Amino acid sequence: MEELGYPEAGLTGPEVAVATEPAAPSLVDRYFTRWYKADVKGKPSEDHCILQHSNRICVITLAGSHPVLQSGKTIKSISYQISTNCSRLQNKVSGKFKRGAQFLTELAPLCKIHCSDGEEYTISSCVRGRLMEVNENILHQPSLLQEKPSTEGYIAVVLPKFEESKSITEGLLTQQQYEEVIVKRNNPTATS
Amino acid sequence: MFPLTEENKHVARLLFSSGTCPRCIFRFCGVDLHGPYKRPSKELFNDLQKFLETEKDELILELPNPPLKKIRLQEDGMDNLSGNGEEGSSATEDEIIASEASDLRVCNVCLGILQEFCEKEFVAKVCQKVEASGFEFTSMVLSVSFPPQLSVREHAAWLLVKQEIGKQSLPLGRNDLVQLKEAYKWITHPLFSEGLGIPIDGKSLFEVSVVFAHPETVEDCHFLGEVCPDCFKPAKNKQSVFTRMAVLKALNKIKEEDFFKQFPCPPNSPKTVCTVLEIECTHGAVFVAGRYNKYSRNLPQTPWIIDGERKMESSVEELISDHLLAAFKAESFNFSSSGREDVDVRTLGNGRPFAVELLNPHRVRFTSQEVKELQQKINKSSDKIQVRDLQLVTREAIGYMKEGEEEKTKTYSALIWTSKAIQKKDIGFLNDLKDLKIDQKTPLRVLHRRPLAVRTRSIHSMETHYLDEHHFRLYLKTQAGTYIKEFVHGDFGRTKPNIGSLMNVTADILELDVESVDVDWPPALDD
Repeated sequence: MEELGYPEAGLTGPEVAVATEPAAPSLVDRYFTRWYKADVKGKPSEDHCILQHSNRICVITLAGSHPVLQSGKTIKSISYQISTNCSRLQNKVSGKFKRGAQFLTELAPLCKIHCSDGEEYTISSCVRGRLMEVNENILHQPSLLQEKPSTEGYIAVVLPKFEESKSITEGLLTQQQYEEVIVKRNNPTATS
Repeated sequence: MFPLTEENKHVARLLFSSGTCPRCIFRFCGVDLHGPYKRPSKELFNDLQKFLETEKDELILELPNPPLKKIRLQEDGMDNLSGNGEEGSSATEDEIIASEASDLRVCNVCLGILQEFCEKEFVAKVCQKVEASGFEFTSMVLSVSFPPQLSVREHAAWLLVKQEIGKQSLPLGRNDLVQLKEAYKWITHPLFSEGLGIPIDGKSLFEVSVVFAHPETVEDCHFLGEVCPDCFKPAKNKQSVFTRMAVLKALNKIKEEDFFKQFPCPPNSPKTVCTVLEIECTHGAVFVAGRYNKYSRNLPQTPWIIDGERKMESSVEELISDHLLAAFKAESFNFSSSGREDVDVRTLGNGRPFAVELLNPHRVRFTSQEVKELQQKINKSSDKIQVRDLQLVTREAIGYMKEGEEEKTKTYSALIWTSKAIQKKDIGFLNDLKDLKIDQKTPLRVLHRRPLAVRTRSIHSMETHYLDEHHFRLYLKTQAGTYIKEFVHGDFGRTKPNIGSLMNVTADILELDVESVDVDWPPALDD
């Protein structure tokens, strides 16, 4: 279980007013480690951010540098129908061991995003594991994806195999590595 | 008074000459008075001999026909049934010689159980062990386990007797037979009672278990495995496939003729008596209940150990139960509570009901003063938790507590942070929301070990206390099973509605306290 990062509270009264200090670590910062995959499937700047919970569950989200999140982009629609026979919406999971889930490889497509400028982007899983759920809220409210990409605008939740829970991050970038990639991308001629 | 009558003579003689002990003979003659069994073996043997000898004198006095019939029947009877094995001794003189020695012979039916193993000496040995075990007890229940092959021998003796009864048309049926275990308890219960100074009570939590084995005749049962293979399931844990139940089942199934072919009737006399495999004392679990407060934001409910490494020091469970384990001198415990809270959540107010099951306690008697002192001891030993209303309860009481977990309301206090600056008026509306229905998908933080589902829960009422532009305190009364943290921050929008969505801000929870667990069990004690 996770701690709130607050020191052990003594028997203080209920009305202690906490001073307005900088916001406490966010929900994501408290519980998750951010991992990144840049230029997914070779497509430039289509960066994904995988939020890995301490219990090994992964939430697939768009990284801030993804084209869909850039200003001026409007999302027309989002679809989970990734092929004629497969819709991520049909994913049904049952029991504690999540039987019946669609199994995903790193390159498995999760959804397609259609933008008003005609561009179409495919979001990939980036981690191996069982698909728990896809975010239906963004189907009805695509702007959510752009407003809160790291929380309410998540794409999907994936549960990696227990044995693979450590190894799945081997192919991914840490926050620092990702930031270096961004710097290099913006200054292609500069040397680090 | 000798319990056998004229009617029983043939059966008695039959069994006696085959090497059956007096008490077993009584059983097969349907003697259901306790008295006769309690007399010493030697006395019983002598009386039995005398009883059987009289027949010979009577033979001379009686009319020719009946006695002739009797002798002939007896001889026939013996010949028929001793087809497999030793010769039946049809000569009465041989009988006498044999029977003189049979006082020392191990009974061919009970293998010594109703001979030396039900008498004062053996009971005294067991009592010694019981007293040395260090258990505190005020009554006991005796549980005896006999080797399965006894059932086979019992069956063989019964078939023999049945034939004899049939010939004489005696009004004796299977149900008139006294079971070995019953007779054993008739004799030993008063001896144990006297030896330990306590009553024998079938409902007692203190159990003395005696297990007998007879290695010499272990293979007696094996023929059943071939004749009725479907009665015997493959052995688990390397234990013998020939369990008592399986053997009884097979004996019920097997046809009499088949049984006669495979097993000697009467059974042969063994050379050794039974061995005592084990004498064990156990005490049934006792239950201690109470309510606990948790004042630490760094304490898990149960020990937090991953890959053998302890990740967090101590736990609610250990801080309470370790003291109980020691006081009750128990082997182990099971801790359960009416719900639980996270590591970083305090439990205030009256506290949360809990119950500890203490397994195999050696000490069980505590006055209410002693329990109070135990409570004080726990409370002095840690400032992270405190307990109240500590008391001994029965097993049934656990049910109330678990019911509380699923059905009773809880109240909480949460310290909430908002991304947007807020004013008092922005949170006022929350006070007016009654029985707000929320849908909660299984929170991500527990999704790895719980099924994915949506749970509808009710926030019965809320009360807000404004602190500053980015903070307010929220008191809530909710239905059992509501995830409070997720109700505040929304869990990626998977709990709807949530405080953030209701207020149209990004909200987060900084602190959570349980203010009350609304279960009125265990009964409050005034300290």
